[in-house]
Amino acid sequence: MEQGIKKAKANLAVKIAGLSLKNPVMPASGTFGFGEEYAPFIDLNRLGAIVVKTITLKPLIGNPPPRLMETPCGLLNSIGLQNPGLDVFLREKLPYLRQLSPPLIVNIAGKTIDEYAELAERLSAAEGVAALEVNISCPNVREGGIVFGTVPAMAARVTAAVKSHTHLPVIVKLTPNVTDITEIARAVEDAGADALSLINTVRGMAIDIKTRRPALASIVGGLSGPAVKPIALYAVWQVAQVVKIPLIGMGGITSAQDAVEFLLAGATAVAVGTASLVNPKALVEIIDGLERYLLEEGFGDVKELIGAAQF
Amino acid sequence: MIQNIAAEVLASHQAGPEVFLLKLRAPAIAKVAQPGQFVHIRCGETMDPLLRRPLSIHDVGAGGELFLLYQVKGRGTAWLAGRQVGDKVDILGPIGRGFTLPAKKRVALVAGGLGIVPLLFLARRALEAGNVVDFFYGAQDKERLYRLETLEAMAINLFVATDDGSTGFHGPVTELWKEHLREKTYDLSYACGPRAGLAAFARLAARYGIPAEVSLEERMACGFGACRGCVTALLDAQGKIYYENVCTGGPVFDAASVYWGD
Ligand SMILES: Cc1cc2nc3c(=O)[nH]c(=O)nc-3n(C[C@H](O)[C@H](O)[C@H](O)COP(=O)(O)OP(=O)(O)OC[C@H]3O[C@@H](n4cnc5c(N)ncnc54)[C@H](O)[C@@H]3O)c2cc1C
Ligand SMILES: Cc1cc2nc3c(=O)[nH]c(=O)nc-3n(C[C@H](O)[C@H](O)[C@H](O)COP(=O)(O)O)c2cc1C
Ligand code: FES
Repeated sequence: MEQGIKKAKANLAVKIAGLSLKNPVMPASGTFGFGEEYAPFIDLNRLGAIVVKTITLKPLIGNPPPRLMETPCGLLNSIGLQNPGLDVFLREKLPYLRQLSPPLIVNIAGKTIDEYAELAERLSAAEGVAALEVNISCPNVREGGIVFGTVPAMAARVTAAVKSHTHLPVIVKLTPNVTDITEIARAVEDAGADALSLINTVRGMAIDIKTRRPALASIVGGLSGPAVKPIALYAVWQVAQVVKIPLIGMGGITSAQDAVEFLLAGATAVAVGTASLVNPKALVEIIDGLERYLLEEGFGDVKELIGAAQF
Repeated sequence: MIQNIAAEVLASHQAGPEVFLLKLRAPAIAKVAQPGQFVHIRCGETMDPLLRRPLSIHDVGAGGELFLLYQVKGRGTAWLAGRQVGDKVDILGPIGRGFTLPAKKRVALVAGGLGIVPLLFLARRALEAGNVVDFFYGAQDKERLYRLETLEAMAINLFVATDDGSTGFHGPVTELWKEHLREKTYDLSYACGPRAGLAAFARLAARYGIPAEVSLEERMACGFGACRGCVTALLDAQGKIYYENVCTGGPVFDAASVYWGD
């Protein structure tokens, strides 16, 4: 930062689902590990919120490798929600996370509705969890995840089950792999969701022409990164028209300009995934860039941008 | 601690067919680098190609220089080969768990092809720690035995093999090592190279009861343990498969813990 120069300040704080964020920028689940992986590169306390990798009740070993394939401006992954399970999370990961200042959002996935409910209940009893993000949209697991995210009635049932087992704000994360995302969004809002995250990865595949086999061991993976940004932005804009609850927009955000687009389309906050894998400082660069944009464009408050695109 | 730095290109030249030796100024990384660790390199200024490229640390210089030896495979490495002296390259490193450094032991290093990259650095450090180093180095043909002059100048016992017999032993380097195992014993052994060669190496080490470490490769996104994309299958104490990150749990693993496939 330049020293000695008095600068005007823009207000970056937003509220989402009852959480106060000092800025609207947070990591996307699954791309930020449990936070500590990024500690060598950035000050974690600068983030608007911290969002951890999906937690399941029992540990998941995940899908066989290869799990990654680069595509033009994109990343295909088939991690399969590998995680150490709730008990290990509570014992070994939460103590570190709870001493950080940003609100902690824990992403959860279950194989059954009961599992979602149990996760919600036990995480709500733990000290230091600020909100739950309910993953009903992972394309890489057979049970749970996406099966709940593609049928409105199922999405609503998961949401209602989680709501009835927690006092924490509930954010539901949606998949773009549906005919009409607004239908799911409405169903989830009606079931009591406090906010929505959109989007999870887009289903895709790649084939290695040398081996003539799929590039991923699981054949199908989830596409993320700049390649999916237009799809994500469209989803945010569409859903913003039909729900009243706030949206966290994500999918291909790599710069402050991208973040501004999502805010203009109607998101209240944004999450950054793949970009942080490539550039571990991406999140703070986006926060700084956002503040610069506000000052340069003469906005005193980031909230002035939300849904402000003229159509 | 992993550093993220803009390293200046000090030199770049061709070291063989499609293979380049890159010298960078990266004191923060060079000072703490251990043999077997790698750096993760941003190959371009835009989002295409998107991901960083992992390259093993080939050697370090006393003045904070970092040496990388790599083959041009696709767009990322082609971009790297186009860097000029004075250019800056965005690198993360040093990353991962390297080789267990031996002291005052008799060790065998077995390199297949570009497996030479981390093993040259290991040989240097192993010599400094007073080990006797037998170095087995195999390649397709004699043009593809990179850094031979440097190896020949080191106080190691160097044995070479080529697939086409153009120099040294005619056949796979693991076969050459096997010949030596009939008469010699080693306290420790290390290998890097194509996976099939590593599996053969691991079988031999197990048969002769020699502790063995191998350096593995997997596709990577972050390179620092956040995405869980780079896993390889390992066997636990009960012989059950589990997945471990290659970037932070490796890239060097105990050969006996690796699941080599059925
Ligand atoms: C820990 C580690 C150390 C390595 N050290 C060296 C080294 O010292 N010298 C060297 O020549 N090569 C090394 N490799 C392999 C090197 O990373 C790949 O050759 C390189 O990434 C290819 O990139 P590209 O853009 O040229 O090729 P492309 O084929 O265009 O790459 C496409 C994608 O596949 C990935 N990829 C392709 N091949 C490999 C591979 N073998 N391993 C991992 N990812 C791959 C790339 O990173 C990229 O994401 C290492 C790999 C790993 C995992
Ligand atoms: C490697 C990887 C792992 C992911 N794991 C999860 C996960 O565990 N849970 C989840 O809800 N989303 C997961 N996602 C999806 C991201 O949170 C995000 O929705 C998506 O990648 C789009 O954003 P991006 O383009 O900025 O990455 C993962 C994405 C990637 C690339
Ligand atoms: S490359 Fe991301 S965890 Fe290893």
